[in-house]
Amino acid sequence: MNFAQARWEEPLIFQFSRRGKIGYHNFLNDDQRKAVLENIPGKLRRRVPPLLPEVSEIEVIRHYTRLSQENYGVDTGIYPLGSCTMKYNPKVCDAIASSHKIQELHPYQNPMNLQGVLQIMYDTSKFLANIVGMDEITLQPAAGAHGEYTGVMLMRAYHDDRNDKTRDEVIVPDSAHGTNPASAAMGGYKVVEVPSEDGCVDTDALKSAVGRQTAGLMITNPNTLGIFERDILEIAGIVHDAGGLVYYDGANLNAIMGKAKPGDMGFDIVHINLHKTFATPHGGGGPGSGPVGVTKRLADYLPVPTVEYDGTKYLLNYNKPKTIGKVRSFYGSIAVVLRAYVFMLLHGKDGLEGVSEVAVLNSNYLAQQLRKIRGFSLPYAEGVPRKHEFVLSASTLSKETGVSALLVAKRLLDFGVHPPTVYFPTIVEESIMAEPTETVSKNELDAMIDGFKRISEEAYSNPETLRNSPTATSVTRIDEARANRPKTMQLRWKINP
Amino acid sequence: MSKPHPFIPNSNAAMFREMLQTVGLDSIDQLFNDIPESIRSKAVLDLPSRMSEIEVRRYVEGILAKNTSTRDIVSFLGAGIWPHYVPAAVEAIVSRGEFLTSYTPYQAEISQGILQVMFEFQSLICELTGMDYANSSLYDWSTALGEAARMAGRVTGRNEIVTPHYIHPERLGTLKAFSSPADIRQVEVAQESKTGAIDVADLKMKLTKNTAAVYLEYPSFLGFVEERCEEIERLTHEAGALFIVGVEPTSLGVLKPPGDFGADIVIGEGQPLGCHMNFGGPLLGIFACKDERLLRQMPGRIIGKTTTQDGKQDAYCMALQTREQHIRRAKATSNICTNEALLALAASIYLSLLGPDGLTDLSSTILDRTRYACEALRKINGVIAPAFDAFHYMEFTVDFNRTDKKVSEVNNALLKMGIQGGLDLSTHFPELGQTALYCVTEVHSQNEIDMLANGLRKIAGDQEI
Repeated sequence: MNFAQARWEEPLIFQFSRRGKIGYHNFLNDDQRKAVLENIPGKLRRRVPPLLPEVSEIEVIRHYTRLSQENYGVDTGIYPLGSCTMKYNPKVCDAIASSHKIQELHPYQNPMNLQGVLQIMYDTSKFLANIVGMDEITLQPAAGAHGEYTGVMLMRAYHDDRNDKTRDEVIVPDSAHGTNPASAAMGGYKVVEVPSEDGCVDTDALKSAVGRQTAGLMITNPNTLGIFERDILEIAGIVHDAGGLVYYDGANLNAIMGKAKPGDMGFDIVHINLHKTFATPHGGGGPGSGPVGVTKRLADYLPVPTVEYDGTKYLLNYNKPKTIGKVRSFYGSIAVVLRAYVFMLLHGKDGLEGVSEVAVLNSNYLAQQLRKIRGFSLPYAEGVPRKHEFVLSASTLSKETGVSALLVAKRLLDFGVHPPTVYFPTIVEESIMAEPTETVSKNELDAMIDGFKRISEEAYSNPETLRNSPTATSVTRIDEARANRPKTMQLRWKINP
Repeated sequence: MSKPHPFIPNSNAAMFREMLQTVGLDSIDQLFNDIPESIRSKAVLDLPSRMSEIEVRRYVEGILAKNTSTRDIVSFLGAGIWPHYVPAAVEAIVSRGEFLTSYTPYQAEISQGILQVMFEFQSLICELTGMDYANSSLYDWSTALGEAARMAGRVTGRNEIVTPHYIHPERLGTLKAFSSPADIRQVEVAQESKTGAIDVADLKMKLTKNTAAVYLEYPSFLGFVEERCEEIERLTHEAGALFIVGVEPTSLGVLKPPGDFGADIVIGEGQPLGCHMNFGGPLLGIFACKDERLLRQMPGRIIGKTTTQDGKQDAYCMALQTREQHIRRAKATSNICTNEALLALAASIYLSLLGPDGLTDLSSTILDRTRYACEALRKINGVIAPAFDAFHYMEFTVDFNRTDKKVSEVNNALLKMGIQGGLDLSTHFPELGQTALYCVTEVHSQNEIDMLANGLRKIAGDQEI
């Protein structure tokens, strides 16, 4: 538990600036530049250059290297952030993606020069379709939430095409990811929440929520508590009988690969997070990739172009009269898709099932031991195994010692453990949502368990020490309120603020 | 688990059994028994068998070898994604695992690195565009346009966005997908056929009490640069609408920034700033705005500078999170969660390396080569370059209507010479006939431009061939 993050008190890159320094070679001599600039119509010409920093290359490298040392990633240590599937990103995927055969490809090149990348897109789509049990896939969406939005648009196109104009509601469980209601609302739907019963969708409540107004249901399975919705066939049936569609939020796919397919559970639309389940790097917040799969009856509405194979060559098909059109420019986050493709080949047909098995084993191993620690509990569905993630409650700890889930999280930082997601889902008080993934070792899990034990002991013996956490990180506890108060809010650097 | 796997530490049989025993189970199946039998998968997945690292490398690199990249041939394609040199220093930093394998900085104390990078990125974008606030990225220019239209709708309570005729088709398509559920209609404004300038008389007619925003691409999709930005701004604001300007960021080394001519929202594509083309993605959506009223409606993550609670150290954290989906759910300004942070890091490094002088040099070099290319192509019989009489940046139209060749024929013939010609505009904008959109940047040498000119002369200029 010896953890210490670099503490550089690093200034902003602007603060290294001195006039006349440059980190880049010039192409033009002064005369050439003058001639070019004089050619620009006066109205259009920039008079004052942007106040970018003037720094040399070594200063740039040192600055960003030091900042990297003040950052924590999967490569640094355990990162069990619930619902985010922070698994190891195999280096060979990045190595293959660094080829100019992908990096320097332009999307509008002649397709005869693109047969390799189109094959990879085609094969990836087939693999993904098989894993989730859908018929067709679009790789276009840039992230999970973007996939959700695409899915909602597909729902709308389906109902519109059937001239079914009464449907203006999308149902989500009260435990849904925040993106689900946000995506449904962006898609122009009213959002209706259905309550949970012992951690799973209350089917009676669902029955009374559906009707002619229901466009669809958005749900993840296993749900955000890590519990498999065993009534999923009944749930899908209730929505289908009402004329709605059932959408699978793929954030939790890492639990069930090779074990069960959303297509067999009655889902019509599925999004998949390549940056979660298929191990592409999260990049400090992105890029991601959120392919969407659909069953045959929705395939006509997919965004254009789709990648097809005519028996001799791969091609981009724009000829889909019922398409929802474009949800972004070009064809998707293809460099991310390539990495996911490599990941699937590295595991193969048997291996992906093993990924899910170990992810679920690690999760249960952690859950069973953390729940026994004084102050913590594992609410809902007693005796039911969790899947790839679980939600612990620190509500007893909070009531008995005043140490909240937030303080638990901050103290974990001192042990070099990235905390689980806290305060989500809201149906659990003082929730701590942990997803260890399959790429964590038993040693790391044991160290995390030890961390929780120590926090519990500290909370019951001397809770004050916890309030000063973290101390091992680049900075101590941050004043987040200050960042949001109008008088102190600062959202950019200015030379004379 | 059949065999241990290098990415799965607990996959060896002994460890696996030990952990199962700890949770009181004999078999892994017991952890999946709650999945109803009727939906449990019976068959194995229909994927190839597992490959070793060396096998996968050979196999996938073999497939990639079928691609002809723009390094294998000379390409003059731009049109929303542009070939630029990516400095080695950018690649060295973005591949650092501490950045690459981290995620959204929910725990700020352990994520100061990426938070400070995002704060710097926001600041750099503000400097570049002349705006007050920028977010830490959206997916790409096209989705930024979709978000900007929706934001304008929220701010003004109106439901029309005026877009230019010569808008990028990919952006127009995405705009429709984003704005139609919000009941925002797209209204087209004409552009003058000779210069490409916005037809101001038509704009006046299109501006109504329903107009939420006017959208201008600067430089335009076809490379010409609108000169009457001030007049468009005045008319837009007189109509009570917002002025949205879409930018290609390297142009702002020499072009007046939109903040200087009254833009309310600036969007754009950050890919030219140190990011590879990658067959069209991932990309980097830029989003910036003026004034605090707009800030509160802005989509995406925003990073703020603050201090530690003891006030002793500067620190950074996510700000204004109450706009976002993880707090506000259905009432959020956008559903965006995962963004393009790593590309924003690349852009920050790139802009820091260039600095003001390097950026001016880059844009001047691009202008110099654009001018050289136009002059070289104009000398060819029957070829007009550019087709519009206006100032152009980086991209320009090449009109083949007076030759006996179609763009598709020209491009096929060029490809045989190892040259990828410009984008065929004949389907997107039929009124332009056989016209293509060419792009020239700092990566194109004079030799390569001469090669293009010689090739085109043989294909289209010399009627004997």
